[in-house]
Amino acid sequence: MSEPLLQAINLQCERDKRELFHDLSFSILPATVTRVEGANGSGKTTLLRILAGLSDAWAGQLLWCGEPRSRVRESFLRNVLYLGHRPGIKPLLSPLENLRALMAGRRPMGNKALMQALARTGLAGYEQVPCRHLSAGQQRRVALARLLVADEPLWLLDEVFTAIDASGVVAIENLLQERAAEGGAVVFTTHHNVQIAGTKRLVLTPGAVGYDD
Amino acid sequence: MWPFFHKLGSPKWFYGIATRLMPWLLVLGLLCLGAGLVWGLAFAPKDYLQGNSYRIIFIHVPSAFLAQSIYIMMASAAVVTLVWRMKLADVFVKATAPVGLVLTFISLFTGAVWGKPTWGTWWIWDARLTSMLILLFLYGGVIALDRAINDEKSAARAVAILVLVGVVNIPIIKYSVDWWNTLHQPATFKLTEKPSMPAEMWVPLLLSVIGLYLLFGWLACLRMQTEILIREQRTRWVQDLFHVNEGVR
Amino acid sequence: MMIKPLDQAVGSIEAMKAVFARDMKVAFRQRQDLLNPLLFFMMVVTLFPLGVSPEISFLQEAGAGILWVAALLSVLLSLDHLFRHDFDDGTLEQLVLQPQPLFLLVLAKTMAHWVLTGLPLVLLTPVLGVMVHLDGNSIAILCLTLLIGTPVLSLIGAIGAALTLGLRSAGVLLSLLIIPLYIPVLIFGTGTVAAAAEGAPVGAYLALLGAFLVLALTLAPFASAAALKVSLSNS
Repeated sequence: MSEPLLQAINLQCERDKRELFHDLSFSILPATVTRVEGANGSGKTTLLRILAGLSDAWAGQLLWCGEPRSRVRESFLRNVLYLGHRPGIKPLLSPLENLRALMAGRRPMGNKALMQALARTGLAGYEQVPCRHLSAGQQRRVALARLLVADEPLWLLDEVFTAIDASGVVAIENLLQERAAEGGAVVFTTHHNVQIAGTKRLVLTPGAVGYDD
Repeated sequence: MWPFFHKLGSPKWFYGIATRLMPWLLVLGLLCLGAGLVWGLAFAPKDYLQGNSYRIIFIHVPSAFLAQSIYIMMASAAVVTLVWRMKLADVFVKATAPVGLVLTFISLFTGAVWGKPTWGTWWIWDARLTSMLILLFLYGGVIALDRAINDEKSAARAVAILVLVGVVNIPIIKYSVDWWNTLHQPATFKLTEKPSMPAEMWVPLLLSVIGLYLLFGWLACLRMQTEILIREQRTRWVQDLFHVNEGVR
Repeated sequence: MMIKPLDQAVGSIEAMKAVFARDMKVAFRQRQDLLNPLLFFMMVVTLFPLGVSPEISFLQEAGAGILWVAALLSVLLSLDHLFRHDFDDGTLEQLVLQPQPLFLLVLAKTMAHWVLTGLPLVLLTPVLGVMVHLDGNSIAILCLTLLIGTPVLSLIGAIGAALTLGLRSAGVLLSLLIIPLYIPVLIFGTGTVAAAAEGAPVGAYLALLGAFLVLALTLAPFASAAALKVSLSNS
């Protein structure tokens, strides 16, 4: 088996004097899909934000390819894609402009590739319409187009299925499955009933943590 | 050096040291300040120009001194917070900022009171008074930001950034206010500028300055201890301190 | 799936350009927001003749100060928006996670902020300068001080905007934190105009304002970037 991409050792998180989890250790291997589970308020979003490097509210060790993450921060950022509750879509910009802006600091892409990605998410014909005129689900699909052009080996996806219709959910399921088959790693949270074969579960329960392979 | 540094960061260790240090700081501080004030207010000679009203400097100058030093101390602690993430440094900033604010206010108030007999008005836009007023604003901002952020770790780091930005600005503010003052009031004489102060005046002044610093040390320890107890209330050593677990064990 | 080496990342200048361009584009899609600080600027200036005195002698003497204070308040008013929308829609998270030095991206955002607020204020100043009876030379010097001074206001203000991001009553708090830091720029901005009115050479003062700008350019983006990370971590 290959080296883990991301490794958490004795991760502990405390927010507003409340401990969300402690002694949480796990590895994210290439070619795996991991679903973070837990009740509301169990710290799923916080965990993903910690893994992405957005939250400092943690103690313990985080290794990226075997090295402390803080020491290889730029390499880490280049190789990880995080999509949160708020996916970074500007209502005043069109899907095309949004997608281009999202890629700009990483890997600028030509209009053709971006248009193709938007078309694949079902946004053909809407590329130039300001996103505020689109429905919530359509706005979400812009973020999904970001996934289609992503080449980062590790994806951290927080509630990507929200506001997506049934056919969209299936499309994302397939996308994540293909991704794992290609060797990428995905960590996600969702309240939807999502079926992806071979999904690992990372369960957050207050005070105790379970991880099964 | 590192084990010592590590120890210094431990709230429990500090709590113990502070407990032992505080009586000394309190007694010495009260002695110095008391001696300085009694000497200065009752026995030091009158000023030939200002008469007895100058005696307010025995309160005004120490508080102004300390108010400025506290900000510098906070800035040093802020560096420690940002670089080494030492908890004790956050505690220091949080505990001493209100003390600095109060001392700045005292120095402004005594300055204003002093201004009445000296200039015939409560307030003059003198360079020093104006600088102290801006320092008061800076302290106010630090405290307001600290209160506005719930999460104590985030609050500590945000406040540390603000304090550092402030400390870079303090010399610039001081310089520009001095320049502004010469631009608008070229001829006014400066508050507290005593060309040659006789020993009967500056020795008690020095005593009260030292006394106030020592008392600040005591107050800082006390406030830091309180803050530590609040933050560490769930740890074993704090609960042992208050015998919370005695019935259980 | 291979871990990509670092040198594939797009250059920082390109990334800065993209951030700048996006902010400009968003601003021009919502033009009313661009006008608001300018209207505010004009209204504050109008309050002085109405509230204090329309006498030419008073306005001539106080005019530069009034315009500077009004410009300062306008910039302050606009700062709340600097990161707020990006924070709300998640763009800021994506910005922080870009494999680029964050202070450069913040600098690009701050530059866009200045072009969208500070620069228009400078351009509007001659009109208001005439309305408060400043002479031509004073207006020219005033514009010059504002041209050097308003970027400093944006740069320092960005620190405050980043620190107060996501807090309750962030706007008021932002003003409390930032106004004391604006004082040196205000003093030298108006002082330079006053010195010019008395016929004194102003080169040294302008150089000093320039020094403030260089200092703010080199230090403020680091403080803003650090503050942004803290605010995002707290959200």
